[in-house]
Amino acid sequence: MKYLDEFRDQTLAAPLLDELRRSVTRPFRIMEVCGTHTMAIFRNGLRSLLPEGLELISGPGCPVCVTSASHIDAILSMAEQPKVRIALFGDLFRVPGSNGLSLAHASSQGAKVDIVYSPMDSLELAKRHPDELIIFLGVGFETTTPGIAATIMAAQNNNVDNFAVFSTHKVMPPPLMALLNDPELQIDGLLCPGHVSTIIGAGAYQPLVEEYGLACVVGGFEPADILQALIMLARQVGQGEARVENAYTRAVRWEGNARAQQMVSKIFEPVDTEWRGLGTIPLSGLAIRDSYAQFDAEKRLDIKLIPAEEPRGCRCGEILKGKQRPPQCPLFGTRCTPGNPVGPCMVSSEGTCAAFYKYGG
Amino acid sequence: MNPKNSILLDHGSGGIASQELISGLFLKHLDNKILSSLEDSAVLENHPGKLAFSTDSYVVDPIFFPGGDIGTLAVHGTINDLAMRGARPLCLSLGLILEEGLDLDDLERVIISIGKACKEAEVPIVTGDTKVVPRGKGDKIFINTSGIGIVAEEVNISSTMARAGDVIILSGSMGDHGITIMTRRAGISLDGNLASDSASLHKLVALLLDGLPADSLHTLRDPTRGGVATSLNEIAAAAHLMAEIHETDIPVHKEVRAACEIMGLDPLYLANEGKCLVLVAPEQADETLKLMQSTSVGKESAVIGSLKKGTPGQVVLRTAIGGSRILTPLHGEPLPRIC
Repeated sequence: MKYLDEFRDQTLAAPLLDELRRSVTRPFRIMEVCGTHTMAIFRNGLRSLLPEGLELISGPGCPVCVTSASHIDAILSMAEQPKVRIALFGDLFRVPGSNGLSLAHASSQGAKVDIVYSPMDSLELAKRHPDELIIFLGVGFETTTPGIAATIMAAQNNNVDNFAVFSTHKVMPPPLMALLNDPELQIDGLLCPGHVSTIIGAGAYQPLVEEYGLACVVGGFEPADILQALIMLARQVGQGEARVENAYTRAVRWEGNARAQQMVSKIFEPVDTEWRGLGTIPLSGLAIRDSYAQFDAEKRLDIKLIPAEEPRGCRCGEILKGKQRPPQCPLFGTRCTPGNPVGPCMVSSEGTCAAFYKYGG
Repeated sequence: MNPKNSILLDHGSGGIASQELISGLFLKHLDNKILSSLEDSAVLENHPGKLAFSTDSYVVDPIFFPGGDIGTLAVHGTINDLAMRGARPLCLSLGLILEEGLDLDDLERVIISIGKACKEAEVPIVTGDTKVVPRGKGDKIFINTSGIGIVAEEVNISSTMARAGDVIILSGSMGDHGITIMTRRAGISLDGNLASDSASLHKLVALLLDGLPADSLHTLRDPTRGGVATSLNEIAAAAHLMAEIHETDIPVHKEVRAACEIMGLDPLYLANEGKCLVLVAPEQADETLKLMQSTSVGKESAVIGSLKKGTPGQVVLRTAIGGSRILTPLHGEPLPRIC
């Protein structure tokens, strides 16, 4: 397949690996921010090939994993209401709330839950079920938000009044800042998320370079892309430099996608929001603007977020911060498995725990 | 839909409406001497050898899809389960649970498919049953088929027979059925030729049993739900051996790969309905591959790896870029990712 096979080719990967080995001149730690990177690294067996001295730790970039238990509880309370149908991306289906129950359980008890592949599918659901309120669960980072903004615009243009979004959308730079302010977290560089960067642009990481002196390289998701980004990071670290570099030039521009950014800011506004494991981070979330309040499930159903405890023993928080690795969690692989997850890092296909469990640490 | 042309509760009552369904529809397409006698049970001739007996239920949604329908699956699936133990399938039973309101044309389409699949496989339906459940208590049509087959005395094929050094051969491409169903269910219309691989494998198995020296064919497994990753885990666990396979050797059609990329799915975990894993002694691997490739269902067969001494029950995938990772069994339904 074009744009995939050529970046998965061993004849390309082998010399890149050699170059990476030569570039690692001192031990260093890189945080891969994005869940898709975590998964790609495991799936391609990259971990088994990386040179000694290069340590990869996983960051908070799995949107399902950072969704707080209180948000999941709110979702479950909406699912229980009559004449409500929940539309969601599949990853969220098995995430347990504070009482250990998930939408999968709610669905088994008669809640109307539909897994969709595009937010636009919810408008089709709205047409098919005119007596119900279709609530799309807006969970995701900058990559996902423009599509949901477009769906809300389409709903308004087509006068769809039985559709709303429960927005727990989040943006990437604020939690990175919050993490980097933590003195316990020792990292030398960031492998910056490729998909998010197509929207916000590589330039969005410049403040991290200026404030924290961190090497930042935007990388794609194929093995050769990741290796190329790691080489650039290793060189920066080795030479004591810190700047933003873009190893994913076929998709990412310095300024990002201006049109998508405009759509998002037309519909959403920044708000403080709670992240699992990280707590409430100022201006790290996106709420639907008052001018689009009719599409805001929180306002329409008067949902109040109730503070909720994370499952006992679950170390998702520490794992999301890169402070612990999944096997250090007492529940990992015993009480918490992909089939019966306790914490969200085990549920999402992009969660660090799921990756460790599936592909072996 | 025309209400006059749909399934009523009467059709499952055992009365006149049931009789009309049997004679006007089932016997029309499934006719054979044993079935048309309409006795309470089929009496079968005795055959030398051991008996193999298997059952499976089919609830696929949608019931029609490119490459087959719920009827072809119900025939092929049970025949394949028999064939995976080295059995020659003799006959099948057919149990139908129909939802009130099912379009009779849809039912006839399914029964025609069953008839055609049985004829091609040369395995008849010899006994059957139909029930109708009220609207909303079922989903259009559920099918159960059971099958009986004969295993020659000297044949002993199972996961526990796999040996270190066995070569693992796959009879064709992975994921065609699973991705076809998932894209249909998701309402994703993709250009290209996505189609289920629904097919019966007993003739391929018979060819191997006839063409290979006794005791060289150790294990057969059809990687249905859970895909080839889960089947290999089951084999490795039963044989107390490690399986090693090579990503680049596993056949996957390009349209399946493309759909998997879009939906965030792994073809190694998707269901197949016309493929099998063959584990064979290394000295017979070339001959086995040649025999498999000579059949229409196995023309894309490929050697994908081997069984080794090592961590018992572990399946290791050597990736395209030369790395390695562990393939675990499937947990839950494969769910698409967010971004």
